Amino acid sequence: MTAESVAGSVAEFAIGRRSPAAAYAARFAAASAGGAIRLAEIPFLTHLNVRADPASPAAERIGAALGVPLPVEPGVVTEGGGLSVLWLGPDEWLVVGPDGAARELTERIRDAAAGEHVSVVDVSAQRTTLVVAGERARDVLAHGCALDLHPREFGPGRCAQTLLARTGVVLVAVEDGFHVLVRSSFAAYAAEWLLDASVEYRG
Amino acid sequence: MLLIACPWCGPRDEAEFHYGGQAHVAHPEDPAALSDEEWARYLFFRDNPKGLFAERWSHAAGCRRWFNAVRDTATNEIHAVYRAGEPRPVIT
Repeated sequence: MTAESVAGSVAEFAIGRRSPAAAYAARFAAASAGGAIRLAEIPFLTHLNVRADPASPAAERIGAALGVPLPVEPGVVTEGGGLSVLWLGPDEWLVVGPDGAARELTERIRDAAAGEHVSVVDVSAQRTTLVVAGERARDVLAHGCALDLHPREFGPGRCAQTLLARTGVVLVAVEDGFHVLVRSSFAAYAAEWLLDASVEYRG
Repeated sequence: MLLIACPWCGPRDEAEFHYGGQAHVAHPEDPAALSDEEWARYLFFRDNPKGLFAERWSHAAGCRRWFNAVRDTATNEIHAVYRAGEPRPVIT
């Protein structure tokens, strides 16, 4: 390999970002063509892990600064202003925002904490978001998830950390289906699994 | 498979949990004052009842919190779950 071609490949890697499930875009689109099931990836969302005492004034101030209160009830998502806050544990939340918002949101939360015991960590690269939507979305997930995903139990505004096909995920119920937040290194496995599980539901 | 009710998340599959052994084993007040045998007893000696047993579980694939459960070791029936730090409930 010449020095020039090495420099060329380095430049290639330096340009742009590649999301964990980017390679599946075409297969997701093909699987979604029938309309009964829709698979897609939402890449590069901002994810911030926030830990604080839910009863502390800091938790309240963080909610006010985000414009979205930190949910205290297990498995609840609060939404507003393009942000959602997912309950991960009694003192742990995941703030989900648009791509590129990590720095500004971190500063906003840090300012609101005002020196109290609070942890804010940018974990945007930890997980990617897979969309499983359409009328058969629940049937697809039921192949590998033991939770009752009926809207009566798990409708929009609910989230759960659980196992999907033996992989740890955060499941979020949205209007027309689910967001599956899966770790980047498991994204290819989860994508393959979703494609396989959805075969019988493609129109 | 056991269905274990996490005190935070509700009933979940056993596969989401890690087992943590006997609950309510107090750390010695002054470990340095213990003889080797006493220290070994604290570290390694655990109850092994046939019947009700208070034990620790961690909801590893969910909220990642530790909690306690009272399980019947003969039937695997879980009689109570309670949060870490709460006293063992009396089961009649």
